[in-house]
Amino acid sequence: MEKVISAPPLIHMENITKEFAGVVANRNIDFDVKRGEVHALLGENGAGKSTLMNILYGLYRPDKGHVCIDGKSVSFSSPKDAIASGIGMVHQHFMLIPSQTVWENMILGLEGLPQILPRKEIHQKIIDISEQYGLEVDPDAKIWQLSIGEQQRVAILQMLYRRARVLILDEPTAVLTPQESLHLFKTIRQMTAEGHGIVFISHKLDEVLSLSDRITILRKGEKTGTVQTQNTSKEQLAELMMGRKVTFTVARKSIAPGKDILKTDNITVLGERGLPTVKNISIAVKEREILGLAGIAGNGQQELCEALAGLRPLKEGRIFIENEEMTHRSPKQYIDRGIRYIPADRKGTGLVPNMDVKENSILKKYWNKPVAKGPMIDWKAVFTHAMNLVKKYSVSTPSMETPVKNLSGGNLQKLMLGRELCDAPKALIAVHPTWGLDVAATHFVREQLLEERDRGAAIFLVSEDLEELLSLSDRLAVIFKGEIMGILNHPEEATPELIGLMMAGTPLSSIKKGAK
Amino acid sequence: MKYLKVEKRLVTPVWFSGVIPIFAIILALLTGAVFLNFMGVSPVKAYLSMFKASLGDAYGLTETIVKAIPLAMAGVAVALSFKMLIWNIGAEGQIFMGSLATAAAVRYFFVDQPFIMFWIMFISASVAGGLWAAFAGYLKARWNVNEIITTLMLNYIALHLIDFFVYGPWRDPASLGFPMTAPFPDAARLPLFGDTRIHLGLFIAIFLAIFFWALLKWTRWGYEIRVIGENPRAATFAGINYLRNAVIIMFISGAIAGLAGMCEIAGLQGRLQHAASAGYGYTAIIVAWLGRLNPLAVLFVAFIIGSLLVGGDTLQIVMRLPLSSILVLQGLLLFFVLGGEFFRRYRIRFIKRGDN
Repeated sequence: MEKVISAPPLIHMENITKEFAGVVANRNIDFDVKRGEVHALLGENGAGKSTLMNILYGLYRPDKGHVCIDGKSVSFSSPKDAIASGIGMVHQHFMLIPSQTVWENMILGLEGLPQILPRKEIHQKIIDISEQYGLEVDPDAKIWQLSIGEQQRVAILQMLYRRARVLILDEPTAVLTPQESLHLFKTIRQMTAEGHGIVFISHKLDEVLSLSDRITILRKGEKTGTVQTQNTSKEQLAELMMGRKVTFTVARKSIAPGKDILKTDNITVLGERGLPTVKNISIAVKEREILGLAGIAGNGQQELCEALAGLRPLKEGRIFIENEEMTHRSPKQYIDRGIRYIPADRKGTGLVPNMDVKENSILKKYWNKPVAKGPMIDWKAVFTHAMNLVKKYSVSTPSMETPVKNLSGGNLQKLMLGRELCDAPKALIAVHPTWGLDVAATHFVREQLLEERDRGAAIFLVSEDLEELLSLSDRLAVIFKGEIMGILNHPEEATPELIGLMMAGTPLSSIKKGAK
Repeated sequence: MKYLKVEKRLVTPVWFSGVIPIFAIILALLTGAVFLNFMGVSPVKAYLSMFKASLGDAYGLTETIVKAIPLAMAGVAVALSFKMLIWNIGAEGQIFMGSLATAAAVRYFFVDQPFIMFWIMFISASVAGGLWAAFAGYLKARWNVNEIITTLMLNYIALHLIDFFVYGPWRDPASLGFPMTAPFPDAARLPLFGDTRIHLGLFIAIFLAIFFWALLKWTRWGYEIRVIGENPRAATFAGINYLRNAVIIMFISGAIAGLAGMCEIAGLQGRLQHAASAGYGYTAIIVAWLGRLNPLAVLFVAFIIGSLLVGGDTLQIVMRLPLSSILVLQGLLLFFVLGGEFFRRYRIRFIKRGDN
């Protein structure tokens, strides 16, 4: 790295404009990153954060504007060029090869390596970098053996190995426990101390405030401001993000829960690979309560929810709906008994992307009156039903005949939420119901969930957003490697540290013992 | 410098969807022209003679319809299973089974009453074709056995079953050694239109296409099939029973193909003989795709492909081209039309390489 004293910014993007098929994703955006700073990029989904960073990373080419590195104008035609100029990006889904080792991944795509790989050198370099930045990792471990947090470390290492001076981190904390997030922040500070520049993409206000030096906020493709972190507040940021004042809290009435609605008795469920991913879980979701489930992604949440919805066969154990045994019943019978499910994978599971709004609106009722008339479907009734749903849940769609693949994430979610809630379900299983939604849509979805709870529904809420779980749940269970680490009866009293420990595999009982 | 960029289309204009296949057909014919040229044949002359033979006069037109009937029926048959993402490429075998069952009905349950005989043949053929396909459907749904392989293998079994009967026990002693049964009695023949070779199968094909089009569109069952076809995971999520629907759709698919077999031998050939279907079951796959699995469109495409077949016969006779050259033309057509699908979903833009 050459020494520059009064350095120009590492990166300077000026007047960037990018359109996709007539939709402006970025309009006249200026953005720069200085040596040794964390510059946060804040905005709702669809605000243009990813587009801007993909331009910087050479994935897209701007329609207008230019990018300067170290004061020199550059034009990237692929990420390769960007990497060569010292820009590294860590995506939300890491670009690592699971069956290979850490060191093999490290040299992935590197050019100019000798035919016989200098293993020792590579190992040494990995160890040097990891010690320098506190990124402990075993170079000989296979990627699939590592936790998500460790994989993220490898992804960051990979960029440092390529001598990246600017690191773009795309929502890096979404997959981490609170402890792992803290660790990541430490690493980030280490990197800035060494003179690296960090672009930190996020929509979580708290972490942006605690970590960054400057914050640039985007809204609907335009920049609404760049602020010094020390001079700003959560309220100001939210207003810049949303264009209006926002309330953060949802009011949760305290009501007494009723009887058990959805209950499991020691269930064990196999995952896709045929291994048990849910082990001996016994839980019960009660009438008028939200039972939250915290845990790092991939610890059996998905399988547990599918089992609760009757979609995944049980290896062992039993499931009850209001004392009626449902073990080995068909998914249809679960639906008929009032179980509804909001899966994480909206387009892949919850909706039929190529079908239109009205066809999707009847996915769970096409056999009931008035939508069904004997063996026929009354499309007029379907239209009316879809119209009502769209109105009640404020789905914005051009028409009832629009294929849902053309709707935005928030509208997809509202449509699905409306469809699952419209028959006053007895129980609702909601997985990441606000994932990827903007603040307004998030607020809307949370309010709906609370409303359903007050009406009497038993709600099982799975989320990776601890804040969400804490503000909505009446009780909070924590899952780790398919087992429940404990259930907190008063989650609002729990500290993130306690939940973090449970998420990392310490049972609640042994934490309590240790405290005594 | 300019370069190409492929972009996803957000919306595809309706007119554009219509223009693409026409454009694709033109391109296929142009490419075919190059090929014909290499064969030493004037493409203009070849295409003209094809057109004249198939659509140019009343006789050609009726022959085209005669070929379009089994194509349309088998096309609807496979389109239905494709709609549910079950790749039934065994329509050929199901046609064979339908014709075998028809011949068996004529041999063992003959009633000298055209109306009753029609229904006996109808039921025999549809049940035989239906069961033949449903078997593969069950294997697929229950144990995830690849239906492409099973339906294809069943084709050969059906082919040889027919051979067994027409070379053996059912061979007509008066056939001078040819592998065929005795001609069917009149009561077992489908009525013809005037002095053409067009038979009742035309109405059956049109009826089936409209019936199943409406079924898909207006019924709960049709909705289930479409949901499964568009997103099997969402179907499970909605409580739709995959196994049952897979067996049902394959039974229906096979039954329709079986009826095509019945129409071929009771309407046209008048007896069961070796290779009762001239590859209609395979060509039907092309027909179904070109018709985008829409039964009504399949009717139309069957007519076009029928004319191509008739025109192809002419090429063989008049221009002395081998059969395989007709298959090349068909292949080109499929290639271009399916390739055109890409442009329905994506567009290519020329972008100037920015020099900042």
